[in-house]
Amino acid sequence: MELLNQVTQFVISGLATGSIYALIGLSFAIIFNSTGIINFAQGEFVMLGGVLAIFSLNVLHLPLVVAIAVAVAVTTIIGLVFERLAIRPLKNATPLMLIIITIGASILIRGLVMLLWGKDTQALPAFSGTDPISIAGATLLPQHLWIFGVTVLVIVGCRLFFNHTISGKAMRACSFNRRAANLVGISVGRMVLFSFVISAAVGSLAGVIIAPLTMTAYDVGVMLGLKGFCAAIMGGMGSGLGTVLGGLILGTLESLGAGLISSGYKDAIAFFILLLILFIRPQGLFKKGETERV
Amino acid sequence: MKSDRIKFLVFALVVLLIPLPLSGGYLTNVLIFVGINSVLALGLNLLLGYAGQISLGQAAFFGLGAYGSGVLTTAYGLNPWLAMVVVALCVAAFAFAIGFPVLRLKGHYLAMATLGVGIIVNIAFNETVDLTGGPSGLSGIPNLQIGGLTFDSDLKNYYLVWVFALGMILLSLNLVNSRFGRGLRAIHDSEVAARVMGVNARLMKVQVFTLSAFMSAIMGSLYCHVMTFISPNSFGFHFSVELLTMIVIGGLGSVYGSILGALLLTLLPEMLRSFQDFDIIVYGLLLITMTIYLPGGLVEGIPALFRRLVPARKVAEGSDA
Repeated sequence: MELLNQVTQFVISGLATGSIYALIGLSFAIIFNSTGIINFAQGEFVMLGGVLAIFSLNVLHLPLVVAIAVAVAVTTIIGLVFERLAIRPLKNATPLMLIIITIGASILIRGLVMLLWGKDTQALPAFSGTDPISIAGATLLPQHLWIFGVTVLVIVGCRLFFNHTISGKAMRACSFNRRAANLVGISVGRMVLFSFVISAAVGSLAGVIIAPLTMTAYDVGVMLGLKGFCAAIMGGMGSGLGTVLGGLILGTLESLGAGLISSGYKDAIAFFILLLILFIRPQGLFKKGETERV
Repeated sequence: MKSDRIKFLVFALVVLLIPLPLSGGYLTNVLIFVGINSVLALGLNLLLGYAGQISLGQAAFFGLGAYGSGVLTTAYGLNPWLAMVVVALCVAAFAFAIGFPVLRLKGHYLAMATLGVGIIVNIAFNETVDLTGGPSGLSGIPNLQIGGLTFDSDLKNYYLVWVFALGMILLSLNLVNSRFGRGLRAIHDSEVAARVMGVNARLMKVQVFTLSAFMSAIMGSLYCHVMTFISPNSFGFHFSVELLTMIVIGGLGSVYGSILGALLLTLLPEMLRSFQDFDIIVYGLLLITMTIYLPGGLVEGIPALFRRLVPARKVAEGSDA
């Protein structure tokens, strides 16, 4: 019974962090689908969300809700500036150049945050108290509920945006065929900018809602970003249910592994899964192989 | 070909004469690391600059070399030279084995996979406390010895490291001008075309990956004996990115570019010491601006700039007359 309770507990916290990975994975997929770029600075947007929220709350003494809004807004603007300064000047860039540039941006952002706010790890207060709710012998924190709720909202929101708005449809058109999209009058450049903006917003939101649960600091972006990428890969770089499932599976496996095997190897488990998937099913867990018939 | 040989001889001569006026001071110590970083950057450049295959886990092979030698000599009392050979061969075998699945991937996926390998290895250094000392590091590694000569001063270590470095630089120079090197460049331009022309692209990519791991492992062994103390921090993701920055700054696909990049990026933190953590920002800015404005790196950029300046002056003179 003891073990069962423990396992339930690991699964609950695993699903919560898994939701975060899903959100980050989604933010990877949004950029990838409209540009073909994997943004290595994605984890930095997540980190910025958390760090900026703490800064707005503790230093600027803003109310929590406003602090969160400020954090997401500022990160979104940084996403926009990043696209303008680092991505747009490149014409006909090779994937190699894009990797190097986004890595450069990620260490630049990390370095600036470190200089401005120091290396301390800090936590955001939980959104609505820390009284645990007990379910089936395990405890659920209110913050877990916030994470699940926000994740569902963001995913539903993205789905509505991509399927039912003109801009969303235009972005999808770009992902299918940039040239054709251009021909029917869609400004591809603007859609790329949009995708960076939305992606930064989603990523920073993930950073904000996880900050009360796990501490945050200038260097948390690398790991969070990579795990989000892992979730996106599991979902086949689609922006839908696959990524969510990928994130949840990854979070749960990681939490179980950390709890039952060794907490030191927690991050290694995620990368082991990443490697396995890249080697065996690079098209994702839930996607059928690309079939093309003439 | 002949001018290449002269170039190398001049370079080797400069390298061997530099420490004489310095007579083993602080700068000699820095130049030891220039030597080590040069070879590491060169290994990555063979893979990335020539064959076009990115690796973000290069520090892992360096770390495996260092920890392999460190553990074998301290815990098992193995002869350091023997340990170096054993470790380098093991690391090469490891790279060869993982090379096949890893190098099947392309672009972003390859970058992520190599990054994953690098991070897993780094976590292993931290977690296998009994063997590696974990986060607090491994100390008491003996200096290398040959006959009655112990490499225990900066000057001796400088020559030790640079003799190895010069050997590997010469090897690389010969390699990139060989049939193998041309094959690598063909893969870089178009893997499909290279295959059509009969280049065994898959094997060649794994071979160059293995070679770069082998070179990194040897440097890792030397590093651990020079430092006599190692800790996991030196072999993390950050160092892999530093190596990447070196070759982007120096010049992708250029042997001397790697050395130039290693020289600049090893001296830079020393010069920026008073600004402490500023170096990380400088790396970031350098990576972005160099890739956008000078994708050929300094070895291409400096001559290009020179060419642009010289005719410009001629035109100006012409208009005066």
